[in-house]
Amino acid sequence: MSTVRNQGVPDQEHALHLLRQMLRVRRLEEKCIELYSAAKIRGFLHVYIGEEAVAAGVMETLAPDDAVVATYREHGHALLRGVSAGAILAEMYGHAEGCCRGRGGSMHLFDADTRFYGGNAIVAGGLPLAVGLALADRMAGRQRVTVCFFGEGAVAEGEFHESMNLAALWQLPVLFCCENNLYAMGTALGRSESQTDIALKAAGYEISAWAVDGMDVLAVEEAARRAVDAVRSGGGPHFLELRTYRFRAHSMFDPELYREKTEVSRWMERDPISLLQGTMQAAGQLPEDTWATLTADVDAEISTAVGFAENGTPEPVSELMRFVYSDRAEHTGAGDGAGKEGAAG
Amino acid sequence: MKTTYREAMRAALRDAMQRDERVFLMGEDVGRYGGSFAVSLGLLEEFGPERIRDTPLSESGFVGAGIGAALGGMRPVVEIMTVNFSLLALDQIINNAATLLHMSGGQFNVPIVIRMTTGAGRQLGAQHSHSLEGWYAHIPGLRILAPATLADARGMLWTALQDPDPVLIFEHGSLYNVAGELDDDAGAVEIDKAAVVRSGDGLTLITYGGTLPMVLEAAEQLAAEGIEADVIDLRTLRPLDEHTILDSVARTHRAVVVDEGWRSGSISAEIAARICEQAFFDLDAPVERVCSLEVPVPYAKHLEQAALPSVERVVAAARRAVGTNG
Ligand SMILES: Cc1ncc(C[n+]2csc(CCOP(=O)(O)OP(=O)(O)O)c2C)c(N)n1
Repeated sequence: MSTVRNQGVPDQEHALHLLRQMLRVRRLEEKCIELYSAAKIRGFLHVYIGEEAVAAGVMETLAPDDAVVATYREHGHALLRGVSAGAILAEMYGHAEGCCRGRGGSMHLFDADTRFYGGNAIVAGGLPLAVGLALADRMAGRQRVTVCFFGEGAVAEGEFHESMNLAALWQLPVLFCCENNLYAMGTALGRSESQTDIALKAAGYEISAWAVDGMDVLAVEEAARRAVDAVRSGGGPHFLELRTYRFRAHSMFDPELYREKTEVSRWMERDPISLLQGTMQAAGQLPEDTWATLTADVDAEISTAVGFAENGTPEPVSELMRFVYSDRAEHTGAGDGAGKEGAAG
Repeated sequence: MKTTYREAMRAALRDAMQRDERVFLMGEDVGRYGGSFAVSLGLLEEFGPERIRDTPLSESGFVGAGIGAALGGMRPVVEIMTVNFSLLALDQIINNAATLLHMSGGQFNVPIVIRMTTGAGRQLGAQHSHSLEGWYAHIPGLRILAPATLADARGMLWTALQDPDPVLIFEHGSLYNVAGELDDDAGAVEIDKAAVVRSGDGLTLITYGGTLPMVLEAAEQLAAEGIEADVIDLRTLRPLDEHTILDSVARTHRAVVVDEGWRSGSISAEIAARICEQAFFDLDAPVERVCSLEVPVPYAKHLEQAALPSVERVVAAARRAVGTNG
């Protein structure tokens, strides 16, 4: 295990792109909170605010046909993987235009086109799926990578350990990204794990693992690129522990009684967006008007998305029973490439 | 061709592996050991360790990996030693396999087949003897098969593999050694319909899986008493082919459901309820049920046998139904 730190001045265009990506997630979710408060969207809503550098840095390193598995805190992952903000918001509205036609909601975003496999609300439930997606690639001789995001709370689940073991035992092309934001709802890491060094735990399964500053998008990207390249070239599973923090409550229902306001504000001083902004400004890479254009662009994207969701149509109740079982007429059987993946594989 | 249920299962696996290179078998001891019930014996030598894949003891992990592999375009057949151990993988089966198609708005199919043994009768104690397929039949999104015959042991797997949705196949442990004749060219069978495996107008005996041989024996005894029974092998517990049941009851006016699961909340409860809902005025007697007693299955032979459905209990229930009690 080692710690990765980024150094040096970033490439301006690229840094600007990363800044934009983080800002897109931030603005989308600020809007979600607003829409939630206005009772436009309902259910559980878990925002990622403060953690944007993780998804932004990792997604940057993936190819279009790689696969991504995420948890219920996945708006950012979906967006940065390429699902449109409109399809995400429409999903939360329960509209037919939503990326899952209103059946998934905030916690269950899926998208076949970008190979985005959730959206899993069972803590650690996505890890075995990622192992299996990677297994399929291995068996079919494809050079694809599967990336799996999960919180540090998942590390206490048996499925975490089963998945680490299987991935390492079979040397599968999967990158595990543990988003360590220190709290599983109200349970601090130190109150749930005997060993709190998560990268070390993964290393115990003979998996190459690094701890990374999850507030520094450049560091995240660098570590992720190193890991993804290694995975893609046959180096077996890799593991990143991304040390981050969520600035907001666990969900909209959380009164946040378990942590001090001072702790939160200390972490907010390392806001990943301001951090990159600062680095770029110091290097003379972020003139006022560039920043102004960037924020205006992002705001426009989000307000267009809200408009799209607002004007969507509720998924009709007459469609309620669809997708419990497949429409068999659409599937003519195994051996002929049934299912979307079969044709590709 | 003379064969056994076990050999028919193995032939089905071999056939599927030969026909579709995306098919692979994964589970605890399926490879080097030859399968804990010897179903996959010899397949490792034939297909190699990539496709006959031994797993560690991690039911949730490898069932979930099977689901992931199915999402990734493979056609995994995952073997779980017994239904009792499948409880460690319930999360993956119910929260992922059964829901992903729906939650994704129809985008992601999970074409996985999960095979496991079920049932009691071999003095293995509670943690190896339960019949929980009725529970799985509660779950929308899953298809539940229970092959009771050699033809179904041979034929259901391929059909299951062609299903774009998750299919669970329950093999009763007492059936593996059942021997009999099977057509040389036996192959895939349909999995949508129940089968009437014996006909009679006196009453309808409804069962599936491991209790079918016992119910047929009971039907023989009843025939000797002049009571001819329709015997229905459900074959598929979900989706349930209620038409075959209701058609039969409309003719016989009496029904006995035989299920090795516990009575409370069982598949037999579901069947009895549907008969009452949809064929109440056809009935000449209350629907009878023969289930396992509501106790964890005990070890001692006499206790175990007393807990399970038996020919005697089926015959007695049938006599009550036709009103020739005593
Ligand atoms: C198996 C399971 N147990 C409990 C929960 C309830 N729950 C939802 S989120 C959460 C905390 C998870 O924390 P972590 O994995 O660190 O992710 P984070 O929310 O911090 O992103 C819990 C306990 C759940 N969703 N799944």
